[in-house]
Amino acid sequence: MCLPLVDGANGSRGPNMTLLWIAAATLSAAVLSSAACSDRPGASSEAPSSSARSLNGALTWPEADAADDGPWVMAAKNYRSTRYSGLDEINLQNVSRLRVAWTFSTGVVAGHEAAPLVIGSTMYLVSPFPNLVFALDLSQPGAPMKWRYDPRPLSAAKGVACCDAVNRGAAYWNNLIIFNTLDNRTIALDAATGVPRWETPLGDISLGESMTMAPLVVKEKVLVGNSGGEFGVRGWLAGLDAATGRLLWRAYSTGPDSDVLIGPSFRPFYPSDRGKDLGVSTWPADAWKIGGGGAWGWLSYDPQLNLVYYGTANPGPWNPDQRPGDNKWTSGVFARNPDTGEAHWFYQWSPHDLFDHDGVNENILLELNASGTTRPVLVRPERNGYMYVLDRRTGEVLSATPFAHITSSHGVDLTTGRLIVNPQKTPVRGRVVRDICPSAPGAKDWQPASFSPRTGWLYVPHNNLCMDFESVDVSYIAGTPYVGANVVYRPGPGGHQGNLTAWDPVAARAVWSINERYPAWSGTVATAGDLVFYGTMEGWFKAVNARTGEIVWQFKTGSGIIGQPVSYRGPDGHQYIAVFSGVGGWPGAVVVNDLDTRDATAAAGWGLTMAPLQRETRRGGTLYVFTVEGS
Amino acid sequence: MARPIGLITSLACTGAVCLVTFSCEREARRFPAPGQVGPRVEAVRLTSLSAGGSRPTGRERSPFQENAYGISEGKRLFSAFNCNGCHANGGGGIGPALMDAAWIYGHGPDQIFTSIVQGRPDGMPSFAERLTDEQVWQLVAYIQSLSAQTTRDAAAGRTDDLAPMPPDLRLERLSPRQTGHR
Repeated sequence: MCLPLVDGANGSRGPNMTLLWIAAATLSAAVLSSAACSDRPGASSEAPSSSARSLNGALTWPEADAADDGPWVMAAKNYRSTRYSGLDEINLQNVSRLRVAWTFSTGVVAGHEAAPLVIGSTMYLVSPFPNLVFALDLSQPGAPMKWRYDPRPLSAAKGVACCDAVNRGAAYWNNLIIFNTLDNRTIALDAATGVPRWETPLGDISLGESMTMAPLVVKEKVLVGNSGGEFGVRGWLAGLDAATGRLLWRAYSTGPDSDVLIGPSFRPFYPSDRGKDLGVSTWPADAWKIGGGGAWGWLSYDPQLNLVYYGTANPGPWNPDQRPGDNKWTSGVFARNPDTGEAHWFYQWSPHDLFDHDGVNENILLELNASGTTRPVLVRPERNGYMYVLDRRTGEVLSATPFAHITSSHGVDLTTGRLIVNPQKTPVRGRVVRDICPSAPGAKDWQPASFSPRTGWLYVPHNNLCMDFESVDVSYIAGTPYVGANVVYRPGPGGHQGNLTAWDPVAARAVWSINERYPAWSGTVATAGDLVFYGTMEGWFKAVNARTGEIVWQFKTGSGIIGQPVSYRGPDGHQYIAVFSGVGGWPGAVVVNDLDTRDATAAAGWGLTMAPLQRETRRGGTLYVFTVEGS
Repeated sequence: MARPIGLITSLACTGAVCLVTFSCEREARRFPAPGQVGPRVEAVRLTSLSAGGSRPTGRERSPFQENAYGISEGKRLFSAFNCNGCHANGGGGIGPALMDAAWIYGHGPDQIFTSIVQGRPDGMPSFAERLTDEQVWQLVAYIQSLSAQTTRDAAAGRTDDLAPMPPDLRLERLSPRQTGHR
């Protein structure tokens, strides 16, 4: 946290006042000696760690030009998760004429996080609870509904959804639309008619489980994971047969190797990840059974290596003193064979996580070309504040560079792979530890970045937040929260809560950054028109010059935006940009549930910083579609 | 130099204060008798709309409504049973705020009692058979203190934890049109 020091020489009104000011200044200096000020993302209060390093070479995406940019067939656009559209009909020359083509109200007013899918001339949408699914006919004026489906999830499921009853979207495979319900069912609908083809129950709300993630279909397997790290839920990723929904394998994130599907193929890069049944031995007795590690975030896939990459969520409870040990395999990233679920490697972003730093963010797969060799890498803007570049064959960390203000750690030890935690910021039972940066929502939460092959940069929507944290002992009661912490979030240096940052992963530095008053909780899409689109929690949808960071267009929608924007070519051949407007998600719960912000811990820490948002936006649930040349 | 106040003198003063201000209830400690503690809650209505015209509603009160120990126990139970996991320190989160004037299922002590015991459709779990009636009444008294529905002098003056809001006894009762927003 950044505070000016009092100048003892000013305003002297006599010896007593001068002494008072000097005493205040000295006290402030002593108390704030560990704090530092910076407006630029990527600056840490401690000496730069050697893990912050630039890369040799250039990052490329070889198939970019061959991509079919008409449709948007999966939430992340493609298996590499670039969230980039090669369409350039909308560009810097005409974006000032971008206008609303049509809108669609889902009828639900809660946080809308989903990415719309466009396949052929149909758009598919999933709403937050009750997870209504809509198919819209893009070939007709105003995109009328073709069909809609109500999976009727249990209303009680809302009681075990930590962070608003959101849903991040559907997946498409072989004329099926596949999505998850909050009450733990994966459902496949006939894409033409909306008739259910199969339904697979996978979890139990009485154990605090829920599902919010967008599935990924890989080689006729539907990959889905659960949520519930705040409810003592044991996390897992499951593979279902895409044609029938039959459960083929389930890989837990904690427990014995046989449950975690760790076998002869497992070759973790770092020694601390080698050993038998570490998913048991790195926990106190039986704590792994309620240990968290859900796979509620993003999956990527490399068809050449036949590996799917995904992260595991935080260990439970938040109070780390109740679970000594590294708490494997939480807050890390797995590489698994999608056919069998077998693990090939694992890397733990935050061993014995202290701060609710889920490891589930997007994994952007790119190729690092240097001196004639190509290294397949995985780029991850991680919750703990570091932009990681890993070799995705092995899980070796090539670099880890701060992209936000960090006080909670000093970098990553590249020899051991271990995060170097700052002991002064470690939570202590019954004591309030202040100014832990990044906060529990992290330098970046679920909101996904995009990559432009034209600039070679990532466009990262993220947070600028620190927190005060008090651990308290908590009892496990199935179906109730298992957290054990009082937390309050505060803006980071600069006073703003969010940023959209253009990040050069090779140079390992920010190129430009836009400050936002609230966390930038929406996704981003980058286009060949050299534009980046994102939305703010107040409800502005913005277009940015991808090279300079200048905001070149914006439009105020009806409610805050936390959705994932997409771009597609309509049946009329013109380019469209679509995004959900409907505030919510974890910070937006303050608005959705009309919380009382006199309590700064409301919504697990947001009461202080999100209070003003209640005056700036109200609940909503409308899809906006923008175009220049279309209709 | 002031004379120190003797023990007997201070006890006598406390007794006098009790008699004068009738605040003995605040300090009472009762050890639970076996069996029923607090009124039996029956026929709780969740709406004021009554077919055939309005009828007076019974409003069983928590026996701990003016009792500092009971409210303090309620506060302890509120975190021990993870109520704070959904309701924070009263501001809400996964569950609604309990310190404001908006009550989905009613703010009366009997209505709060049944909400805890029965659970509610949109995610409030049922705590039936997990809490004794006495514990539920203590929780009711604490929850009511968050919205200043109990006597102020029985509510907590200071918390030893991270203090996210004013002390309980300084919380203000909001009218239905007011909110907690600044």
